[in-house]
Amino acid sequence: MATATAPATDIHHDSHDPHATNTGISNNKLAMWLFLSTECLLFGALISTYLIYKTRGNSEVLPTDLFDIPFTSVSSFVLLMSSLTMVLALSAFGRNDLDRGKAWLLVTAMLGAVFMGGQAYEFTAFYEEGLGYTTNPAASAFYTLTGFHGAHVSIGIIMLMSLWVAANQGKLTGKNSETVEIVGLYWHFVDLVWIFIFTVIYLIPPE
Amino acid sequence: MAIIEEPLALTSGEQHAERPLGVLTRPQANGSWKDWVSTVDHKKIGIMYGVAAMFFFLVGGLEALLIRTQLAFPESGFLSADVYNQIFTMHGVTMIFLFVMPFAAAFANYLIPLQIGARDVAFPRLNALSFWVWLSGAIFLNTSWIVGGGGADCGWFCYSPNSGITFSPTNGVDFYAIGLLITGIASLVSAVNLAVTCLNMRAPGMSLFRMPVLTWMLLVTQFLLAFALPVITVALLLLLFDRQFDSQFFDPEAGADPLLWQHLFWIFGHPEVYIIILPSFGIISEVIPAFSRKPIFGYSFMVFSGIAIGFMGWGVWAHHMFVSGIGPISVFAFSMATMFIAVPTGVKILNWLATMWGGKLNFSTAMLFAVGTVTMFTIGGLSGVTHSLAPADTQQTDTYYIVAHFHYVIFGGGVLGLFAGVYFWWPKVFGHLLDERRGKIHFWAMLIGFNLTFGPMHVLGLQGMSRRINTYSSGFGFEFWNLVATIGSYILGASVLYFLWNVYKSKKDAPNLPAPGPDPWDARSLEWSIPSPTPEHNFDEIPVIESQDDWWFRKYNIEDDGSVVRISSAEDAAQKGDAVGVHLPSPSFWPLVLAIGLPLIGYGLIFNLWLCVVGGLLTGGAIYAWVLEPVDDPDAGAHGHDDHRDGGDPDGELATVGAAGDDMEGED
Repeated sequence: MATATAPATDIHHDSHDPHATNTGISNNKLAMWLFLSTECLLFGALISTYLIYKTRGNSEVLPTDLFDIPFTSVSSFVLLMSSLTMVLALSAFGRNDLDRGKAWLLVTAMLGAVFMGGQAYEFTAFYEEGLGYTTNPAASAFYTLTGFHGAHVSIGIIMLMSLWVAANQGKLTGKNSETVEIVGLYWHFVDLVWIFIFTVIYLIPPE
Repeated sequence: MAIIEEPLALTSGEQHAERPLGVLTRPQANGSWKDWVSTVDHKKIGIMYGVAAMFFFLVGGLEALLIRTQLAFPESGFLSADVYNQIFTMHGVTMIFLFVMPFAAAFANYLIPLQIGARDVAFPRLNALSFWVWLSGAIFLNTSWIVGGGGADCGWFCYSPNSGITFSPTNGVDFYAIGLLITGIASLVSAVNLAVTCLNMRAPGMSLFRMPVLTWMLLVTQFLLAFALPVITVALLLLLFDRQFDSQFFDPEAGADPLLWQHLFWIFGHPEVYIIILPSFGIISEVIPAFSRKPIFGYSFMVFSGIAIGFMGWGVWAHHMFVSGIGPISVFAFSMATMFIAVPTGVKILNWLATMWGGKLNFSTAMLFAVGTVTMFTIGGLSGVTHSLAPADTQQTDTYYIVAHFHYVIFGGGVLGLFAGVYFWWPKVFGHLLDERRGKIHFWAMLIGFNLTFGPMHVLGLQGMSRRINTYSSGFGFEFWNLVATIGSYILGASVLYFLWNVYKSKKDAPNLPAPGPDPWDARSLEWSIPSPTPEHNFDEIPVIESQDDWWFRKYNIEDDGSVVRISSAEDAAQKGDAVGVHLPSPSFWPLVLAIGLPLIGYGLIFNLWLCVVGGLLTGGAIYAWVLEPVDDPDAGAHGHDDHRDGGDPDGELATVGAAGDDMEGED
């Protein structure tokens, strides 16, 4: 975005960069990095809440009693693969290969949607087994944490689809592939959070 | 996302304005009120922050006077216990979130670009968004008096289970939670925006360690905001879910732990103390050198102690919770950390004193406020260190001693410093000085009123008077000091009104007085190198920075023998502000539209979910309209690229300024 049309010619500019910004990172990208760093605290607080409450069942059913590790492993794998396709999309836009770029964007969004379908299925199954949102503190914490992650994935899907539409309209080309990169940063972050959630929440058994 | 900004920015020769979504054209500045509601100019936004914060200062001050009136005499029936709870809660919330933070944001918005030599912040539209979202949240919060069945009544820290629906059945706490969530979004957006501005938008040669101390402290503040707000966001959401959707986060009967709220709140709440105080520290670090006629003593110590405070502020939150049973090891660790954080703060106080030492002191109003800040904050800081001794703190918890302490810190350290900034930068912002004689009366009235109000609270607290209780019995020896405190609070209130009188009168008298010129205080940082009031484009040409206090060295030279020689008058050295055709980011209505959607979602959550749909559509639509809006109105492109000569990199600079189209995704 904010790349100068001509390199800075100022001899007094004692820093190294030929870019318009002091850090050499564009404003948009730096803002996304900062935003994602704040998200770490958001998920950190939610994960901590769950970890404190994971055995607070009030003698009702606990989320840990219901986890279906094989199923969630598959949906986690799907989400993980969407990071790969995101990279492929960015790479395609970087080469100005718009057809492939659009296709990979679409695939990434689809994989995200599959993951969300998995979450919807999981929530439904848990609910039918007696774990409602208000059942106990563990349930509230579990649904809030994974629900927040799901909301982030959904927003990511909306962003990917918006990019796809923009690319179809010719507004998104190789020249502004950084936009794809920034959405990609968000998408990878959401994936990363899930890896953390999956490990800490699902895989580590309750004592 | 910033999908289209590059192709559409200035490339088209078309003369018709784009109509994104066919609703609103990109507005153009023409001198009407629309300039203000659609502005993306950091200076106008800063002024609006200041004005709105001042309004809420009066609201919070009125609430304070109600509290003090109730407490003037024992067993007073002026306010019922229920109303008293609401008033002191809303007083705290208003003063912290609706006055001190936005008032500091006013300085941050106005001054950061000027001090680093930029034409605007990194994301001008997001900047406008921050203001409007904050304002909509502030108004939303206060409408609970009208439609929420009263204000929140749980204290500004809103401990559970008091904040639960059982003990707080009105909608006040819902308004509290949603209102603070909305203002939190504003602060978070602003934090990212201003941090990027400091990191990315500095003028050539303005390395990080040439930035003025104020900008540094504001940068640290933005990072504190960026990391503290997500935590309170989670806490508020959990509270909201408990109240609205019957989740079980804070219900002890269901096995939940109310301490979770305390931890989440204070992990935010203690950095918040530094969010409040650091801007003020930064301001007086500009004021004291200017009126001591010396550079700041130990610049790098000032900067690094600010950074150290920023880091250590995260490790002391549980000293708010010493009596909650967190265990001896935690108490010990947080005691030590709390003592330790006094060290960088002490470094700052030493450096201010050392700056004044041997200086040619000029006690202008701004300087008086700055010195008042140092002294009052020192008192507050010392009583704060007494809290780090857990056994003593156990006695002091929930007494008026605490109230005295944090008012000395927040009012004495924070607000007095902000007023120093008001008097210091007023000529830069409005082009005329605030009257010094009235200013000094304002200062002394405020200082005396402040000490009369909060000084006696130390005594009351040590005598055992509880805070948050609506009255006290006679015969405990509380009567005299309470009456003194109440009288003091009225003096304090009067001093604020006198300040507003000074503002009005100074403006009225201004045409008959000589203009202050670009640099009335013979100061040191870049904002004084441009005319007063600041021209819309800030700098005619982006300055090239060669040293710390670059502007001062354009006026003075240090000879080989160490003597200081004036080489240029400020008028000669300053820019003329007469550049034409400087390309500026175009105004936009979408930040305002987006901001209006958020309180609608809030009302919807409380009253009727359908309203959420309306608010959601408004917000979502505004986001898309925002993204699709051309970054620069083609009509405004008449200025073209060749607007000024090659000081800096105009194209890159402008492209950067214009690149506001940003990601609003994920603002939970």
